[in-house]
Amino acid sequence: MKESQPSAAGEALTVTNPWQRLRELTDARIGLGRVGGSLPTSAQLAFQLDHARARDAVHMTLDTERLMPALDRRFPLALRLHSRAIDRDEYLRRPDLGRQLSADAEQELAAITSEPCDVSICVVDGLSARAIHEQAIPFLDAALPEIDRLGLSLGPVALVEQGRVAIGDPIGEALKARMSIVMIGERPGLSSPDSLGLYFTWAPRTGRRDSERNCISNIRPRGLKYANAARLLAYLMREAQALGASGIALKDDSEGDSQLGDGRQGNFLLLPE
Amino acid sequence: MSEHVFDLDGRRYRFDGLGALLAAATPHRSGDALAGIAAASAEERAVAQMALAELPLATFLEEPLIPYEEDEITRLILDRHDRAAFAPVASLSVGEFRNWLLSERADGESLGRLAPGLTPEMVAAVSKLMRVQDLVLVGRKCEVVTRFRNTIGLPGRLSTRLQPNHPTDDASGIAASILDGLLYASGDAVIGINPATDNTSTVVTLLKMLDEVISRYEIPTQSCVLTHVTTAIEAIERGAPTDLVFQSIAGTEAANRGFGIDLALLREGREAALSLNRGPLGNNVMYFETGQGSALSANAHHGLDQQTLEARAYAVAREFEPLLVNTVVGFIGPEYLFDGKQIIRAGLEDHFCGKLLGVPMGCDVCYTNHAEADQDDMDMLLTLLGAAGCHYIMGIPGSDDIMLNYQTTSFHDALYLRQVLGLRPAPEFEQWLESSGIYRHAQGIAFDRELPPRFQHVLGSRGTTELPS
Repeated sequence: MKESQPSAAGEALTVTNPWQRLRELTDARIGLGRVGGSLPTSAQLAFQLDHARARDAVHMTLDTERLMPALDRRFPLALRLHSRAIDRDEYLRRPDLGRQLSADAEQELAAITSEPCDVSICVVDGLSARAIHEQAIPFLDAALPEIDRLGLSLGPVALVEQGRVAIGDPIGEALKARMSIVMIGERPGLSSPDSLGLYFTWAPRTGRRDSERNCISNIRPRGLKYANAARLLAYLMREAQALGASGIALKDDSEGDSQLGDGRQGNFLLLPE
Repeated sequence: MSEHVFDLDGRRYRFDGLGALLAAATPHRSGDALAGIAAASAEERAVAQMALAELPLATFLEEPLIPYEEDEITRLILDRHDRAAFAPVASLSVGEFRNWLLSERADGESLGRLAPGLTPEMVAAVSKLMRVQDLVLVGRKCEVVTRFRNTIGLPGRLSTRLQPNHPTDDASGIAASILDGLLYASGDAVIGINPATDNTSTVVTLLKMLDEVISRYEIPTQSCVLTHVTTAIEAIERGAPTDLVFQSIAGTEAANRGFGIDLALLREGREAALSLNRGPLGNNVMYFETGQGSALSANAHHGLDQQTLEARAYAVAREFEPLLVNTVVGFIGPEYLFDGKQIIRAGLEDHFCGKLLGVPMGCDVCYTNHAEADQDDMDMLLTLLGAAGCHYIMGIPGSDDIMLNYQTTSFHDALYLRQVLGLRPAPEFEQWLESSGIYRHAQGIAFDRELPPRFQHVLGSRGTTELPS
């Protein structure tokens, strides 16, 4: 945030909070200060900017022209597909249409006579095309070597417009894939308009429930790092092959002690007085 | 299924069953359109409201919307119905009931006596005939008071849930938001964390941390980690200091199954919390969240409109004498509540229906970034809920939930509402705020740049320039 230089008179009206520097500990908007009981102008304007960015991310169009060549270079075949939702307005009102392929897309997939593959990857705009623009290619560059190391074969990649998570099911099914990875723009948060989500599904086919998927969330430079997300994904792929399933059957097995200790370590509220 | 017909200007309108009539009469919602049950035209909606107004209230006792044999929520509603309490309005139609509610005959006392005689379907039906001001006026008349470590819902009071969420449940990050909230006079409804994981050891750790903060600073409030009821029961078995047991609930048995719960499990959760006997002032140990659209999103709506189903969730809530219930009104997204207009009305309907049924209603005044809504819409709902006597709202630093990725009300928002409407925090908490030098009624925040004595040590012994190590 750009800090303007307030005049002395303006400064006197704003009560600043000395605990503002605890923002090193959290991204939460703590210590904003106050005028009376209300938000100071600078904090109010910063909020409006972040909301505007999140709104723009929701309504941004997926830049397929830029993404297709990058995908072509990384996959044996790259497909450009569209869901049954015609535009963003219909997409927002009708989530069911975002889960289905358009008639054209269905035909295109039916015309492909590729061999069965291990992994089908779908790159889907979801609720943030911006997340796909910024995170999709760097994440793939971290994840593809992991998939290669597992000795798994890649099917065609699908770049999908106006899609929801479940659209990976009919795509993976048509491509005869053993497992499906959907990379999708997550619902933008005020502080994270660029967050990529991953949904992993064993044996993709239309009608799979959400409880049959595993999710890796918040992939972005200020969230979960590409390499860490790629390693987590490789773990899921390995375990799913052993289990023959994904979803709740394949739980994150870190049931042991939480990393929080007893909640007192580093917790300044509970230091000795 | 009975057909409902209504004749107007020589034309006969037909509604195929009570559920269809209610759905056609309900103000426009994107979720009802998505379900394919909304009125086909504005005129059909207005006519459906006229037909609904003529319907005897008692019809809802004779004609369950979901069959008794199929749904345990229907059984709960009908088995618990109190005929004697219903008597004062038993002969009224839905339209006459609206008049009764707005008349002088309905006051805090008479409405309190009536509550066990009302079913969710009755209050949902009458809400469909009401304007926003009616929902506010009647909501304000209702008196529902609950107690645990303080007293929530007294007239002229507005409480807040301090919601210090953090995307990785980091203890220091959570503590930073708790400190921010307390110093902005927030947290009397509950200090409640949505954990990033359902991992039981994490939940236990967070509960211990909250318990220590509350006892160290002698804060007259309660804590909650909003995890699944089964995890809460497990945490209690492991000795976690648990004040409130949380659960998301919905208005049909099938939707609750989607949440992994039924009434028996909720009963088990409540008994586990009661067994700890931690509430010095009262035994309201449950915290529930609801929201229009949850049944449809679980594909468990039985062709009923989302507002009627939401009211049925309050029948589930009141069975367990909760301390707190709030609708998370704008969280679900635009496919159910499209814009600010729909979110605002839904929030007021939910508050009205809950209160009329005797449920201690709060509201998560909120929206997501893919809904057509902004801070102005939230200010309108917030102000209206304040006028309606809403028990509590959420409080979060700068309105931004960095874990759940949505916007809800800030600590500053609660200060605004208290200021313009003269509302006070829960009495025990208000006294703590005053004695701590944080906040004083009608004056506002009581300190400037220097922290109140109770909290000075947290920023390090050398005053205000160093981070705690």
